[in-house]
Amino acid sequence: MRRVALCLCGLLAICLLTPVSSGAADPVKLGLLLPITGSNAPYGQNALRGFKLAQEARPTVLGRPVEYVVVDNKSDNIECSNATSRLIQKDQVTAIIGPLSSKNSLAAAPLCEEAKVPMVSPWATNPLVTQNRKYAFRVCFIDPFQGQVGANYAFNNLKARTAALMVDVSQDYCVGISGFFERAFTKLGGKIVLKTMYNTNDQDFSAQLSAIKQAKPDILYVPAYFTEGALIARQAHELGMNIPMLGGDASQADELIKIGGDAVEGLAFTTHFDEKGVTTDSGKAFVKKYREIYSEAPDSCSALTYDAYNVLLDAIERQKSLESAALVKGLEDTKNFPGVTGVMTLVDHNAVKPAVILHVDKGQFAYQATVQP
Amino acid sequence: MDALQQIINGLTLGSLYALIAIGYTMVYGILRLINFAHGDVLMVGCYIAWFGATMFGLPWWAALMGSMALTALLGVLIDQGAYRPLRKAPRISALITAIGVSFLLENLGLVVFGGRPKAFERPEIFNQLLQWGDLRVLSLSLWVPVITALILAGLLFIIHRTRLGMAMRALSRDLVTVQLMGIDTNRVVAATFALGSALAAAGGIFWAMKYPQINPLMGVLPGLKAFVAAVLGGIGNVTGALLGGLLLGMCEILLVAWLPELAGYRDALAFVLLIGILIFRPSGIMGEELPE
Repeated sequence: MRRVALCLCGLLAICLLTPVSSGAADPVKLGLLLPITGSNAPYGQNALRGFKLAQEARPTVLGRPVEYVVVDNKSDNIECSNATSRLIQKDQVTAIIGPLSSKNSLAAAPLCEEAKVPMVSPWATNPLVTQNRKYAFRVCFIDPFQGQVGANYAFNNLKARTAALMVDVSQDYCVGISGFFERAFTKLGGKIVLKTMYNTNDQDFSAQLSAIKQAKPDILYVPAYFTEGALIARQAHELGMNIPMLGGDASQADELIKIGGDAVEGLAFTTHFDEKGVTTDSGKAFVKKYREIYSEAPDSCSALTYDAYNVLLDAIERQKSLESAALVKGLEDTKNFPGVTGVMTLVDHNAVKPAVILHVDKGQFAYQATVQP
Repeated sequence: MDALQQIINGLTLGSLYALIAIGYTMVYGILRLINFAHGDVLMVGCYIAWFGATMFGLPWWAALMGSMALTALLGVLIDQGAYRPLRKAPRISALITAIGVSFLLENLGLVVFGGRPKAFERPEIFNQLLQWGDLRVLSLSLWVPVITALILAGLLFIIHRTRLGMAMRALSRDLVTVQLMGIDTNRVVAATFALGSALAAAGGIFWAMKYPQINPLMGVLPGLKAFVAAVLGGIGNVTGALLGGLLLGMCEILLVAWLPELAGYRDALAFVLLIGILIFRPSGIMGEELPE
C-alpha cells in the first residue's frame, strides 16, 4: 500500500514538473543530415555552424519555433540511409537539410522521395541528385556548370592545351565533374592525355602520379576531396612535378592547406563562396557574424547551409503551410533569392547562380574571380 | 626511367606494409589470435606521437619512443580487459572480441580526437628530396626499409635468443603445458601484446610521416593491408610478413602503373591476392605446413 502511495506521489511530481505545452505553438521540426565524422567531417562541421547561425537569426516560421535534429551520416552511404530513415520515421521531420556530398545525397534522396519529405542539399553538385525527383532540391549549382567553368579557366587563364585527370571512382561527385570537365575542355580544343583513378581513403598515389609525370600534361585536374587532394599534391611535389593543379569545390577545406603545406601553393579551384566575392547584403552580414563567433572566414558549406535554411523557410512562409506538396511548390517558386552565396533561382530543383574561383596563396585561400552562369 | 620510379614507389609502399605486418604476425604467431585491433592501436599510437610533437614540442624520436611506450601499455590493458577473460574460450570468441576492441578504439577516437584529420609533421631528416636524373626519392623511403630491417632483426633476436622469446615460442605450441612448467603465461602474453602494440605504433608513425595526415579511422586500411601481407607471407612468420608486405606493395603499384584503367580496383587486388593464397597455398610463402 505504501509503495502504491509512493508511486502515485512520484507520478504527481512528474506531472507537475513537466512544462505545459498547450499554450505555446507546436514547433516546426527540421532534420539536419550531415557528415559530422568520417572523411567529410570538416565540411559537415562547418555546415552545422552555418545552420546554427541561420537558426539563431531566424528562430521562428509562421509564428512557430523551429526545432532541429542533427544526425551524423559518418560520410558513409549505409549510415546515411539509416539516418535518413530515422529522421523520417522517428523524428517525423517536416523537411531535411542535407546531406552534403553527392554520394550521400544520392543515398538519401530515394528515401525522401518515398516518404514525400522534401530534402534540400546545400552542397551536392552531381546532376543525378535531383533528376526525375519531386522532393529533392539543392541550393548549389550543378557540375555541368562547374566543369565548364573549370575548363574555361584551364584553357583561357592557365593557357592549358593538354590535361590529365585523377578521378576518385568511389565518389559520384568526382566521377561526374571529371566527365563534364573532360567534355568542356575537349570542346574548347584541349586534349585529355591521361585519365587515372583512385578510391576515397587511398593514401598512396605515387603510381598514378609517376604515370602522369611521364605524360607531361599542361595541367592536372583533380576534383578531389581535401584529404586525397592534399596527399596528391604532396606526392606530386615529392616526385618533382611542377604541373599546375586545378580542383573543384571539394578542395575548400582548411585541412587542404594544413596537410598539403607548400605543395598546395598555387592550386586553383572552382567553388561556391568566398568572403571576398560576396555580392549581397545578407552575405556581408553573414560573414561579419560568422567571423565574430568563430573567428575565421566562413567556407562554402557553412554559407550554403545558411542559404538552404532560409530558402526552405521562405518557401514555408510563401505557402503558409507545412504540407509536403505545398513545400515542394514553395521551393520550386524560389526566384532571385538574395542568399549569402549570391542571388539564386531554382530551375528544375537546382540553383542557377555564380561560381567563384579561388587559389592557394601563401597558405591562404585567395579570391580570383566570380563567374556568372 | 618510369619503370624504375615505379619500382621505387612499390618498394616504399611495400616496406611500410611490411613494417605494420610484422607486429600483426608476431602476435598471431605466438597467441594464435588475429588481433584485428592492430590497425586501431596503430591509430592511437599516431595520435600519442602527434600530441607529443605538437603539444609538448618533443623532437620526433622522443615522440616516437614515448608513443611506443604508451601504446605498449595500451596493448597490455587491452589484453587484460578484453582477451584475458577469454583465454580458455574458443578461438573464435577472442577473434570477435578483437573486432569489438577495434570498433571501440575507432569510436573512442572519434569522440576524443574528433573527426577532422590532423596534419602530421614530417621531421627534416625524412623530408629530404633525393634525385638522380628523373628519379625522385624521399629520404623517408630509404629510411623505412632500414628501420624495418632493424626492427625485424631485433624481433628475431628477442624471439630466438632470449628467455622471454623462448617462453613465447613454447607458449605458441601449448599454453597448458607451459603453465605446468612454471611459466607465468599471463606475463608472457602481456609482454607479447606490449611488443606487438609498440611495433604497431612505430609502423603507424612512419606511415603517418609518409602520408602526413591522421584521423581516427586511419588504421582501418593499413591494418587490413597488413593482414593481407601477413597472410601472404605465412601468418605467424615475421620474415614472411616482410616478404608479404613488399610483394603486396609491389603488386598494387604495378597494377596502377601498367593498367591505369583498373587503378580503382587496387584494394580489390589485395583481397583477390588474399583469396588466391588461401586457396592455393593457405600456409603462405614462408609458412610451415600445418599437420592435420
